[in-house]
Amino acid sequence: MRVPDSILPLCTEGLGFSAGGVEILRDISLTMTAGAPTLLIGANGAGKSVLLRLLHGLLKPSAGRVFWSRPPEQAARRQAMVFQRPVLLRRSVLANTLYPMVLANVARGEREARAAEALALVGLADRAADPARKLSVGQQQRLALARAAALQPELLFLDEPSASLDPAATRAVEEIVLKLAARGTKIVMTTHDLGQARRLAGDIIFLHRGSVLEQAQAEAFFQQPASAIARAFLRGELVW
Amino acid sequence: MGDLSSAFKTALGLILSLDPAVLAIVTLSLRVSLSALVLAALIGLPMGALLAVARFPGRGSVISLMGLPPVVAGLLIYLLLSRSGPLGSFGLLFTPSAMIIAQAVLITPILAALTRQVLESMWEEYAEQLRSFGAGPWRAVPTLLWDGRFMLPTVLLAGFGRAAAEVGAVMVVGGNIEGFTRVMTTAIALETSKGDLPLALALGVVLMAIVLGVNALAQGVRGIAARWAG
Repeated sequence: MRVPDSILPLCTEGLGFSAGGVEILRDISLTMTAGAPTLLIGANGAGKSVLLRLLHGLLKPSAGRVFWSRPPEQAARRQAMVFQRPVLLRRSVLANTLYPMVLANVARGEREARAAEALALVGLADRAADPARKLSVGQQQRLALARAAALQPELLFLDEPSASLDPAATRAVEEIVLKLAARGTKIVMTTHDLGQARRLAGDIIFLHRGSVLEQAQAEAFFQQPASAIARAFLRGELVW
Repeated sequence: MGDLSSAFKTALGLILSLDPAVLAIVTLSLRVSLSALVLAALIGLPMGALLAVARFPGRGSVISLMGLPPVVAGLLIYLLLSRSGPLGSFGLLFTPSAMIIAQAVLITPILAALTRQVLESMWEEYAEQLRSFGAGPWRAVPTLLWDGRFMLPTVLLAGFGRAAAEVGAVMVVGGNIEGFTRVMTTAIALETSKGDLPLALALGVVLMAIVLGVNALAQGVRGIAARWAG
């Protein structure tokens, strides 16, 4: 699917990353198209978070390139990222939501409306005036999602957004992710929780020791993974 | 012993009766040090925030200016402001303005270093998220200063304490002129050497009270900050 003016598809070609002489990712060539969420799965240390940071531009690749379908400045403005541990400013919930919109030059009159809508989406509308850092961990992550959603990105990167949350908060995060996906935001998300991957994924990218072993439709991947390592991973065996 | 206790009594009398000479000296001291603080904060706080976020050559030299001996700083400013100096035409030497400049020069590096200390760990936490929002180091400076608003008053109070307690530089550039550039510290130094202990003691008590009060305030502000910002 190719929407005119879209920053998608996102492609990588021979992407590699090394730090301190250790090769963390090698020869990653992928295409991510608009549509259902893409879930990056794999064992801890497979390189999921690093790949997300390379795609988002927080890290510079040691090899290869990331290609967007629009010029890089435009692509940068139309994507956002939510981290495993939300980094909230020492300000109110509302001020946290407004902050990135100021940086993104969203028109002044539009910011408040977008913030209110985003906070309602994550169920924090009644907490707008509270100090953000007084929220519970789960609420903090929902605020981080609202903050990203208010930017109305075309693509949203999520790095293990529920890894440090309890089941109820995880469920809340997943519901928000599905709502965002339903309104057309492309989600690219890492998780090590297979149940979560099954619940959310349109397609799966399976990483193992810094390489992409498989990219497949979620249904096909979970029924019949192509590689022996993915089969072992799905059986819950320890692969690394 | 008798001399000392009578000196104390006279000193307390001077304070309690709001002696005009004491009052004038205290007022001038506060005016000079508060002005110096404002001036130093305008430069020192952003500089400290920038030091926290940016890596550039010579970044350590700002911090090492913290150790600038006050008398030497006074001498340098004296040379700059003296009639034949590059800024001599402004006629600032031996005026309260010269003292404000001297104190500001002395505490700017202190404010910068303390600000950096406070904001550096915050930047470590924020850096990746702010870059994700498209904010570079320059844009991060006002963000960090605003988010550090509960911790920075402590920095300001520390700077004020240093400015108010300073004697060498203001003595050199102010000249300790009675009724014009005589502040608490220079007056104490002078009156002590003259043997006028009551006035020296009275001013000493006031100066102590101000500096201790400021430090207590700093502790209190830190406590409130910890509760709010988390």
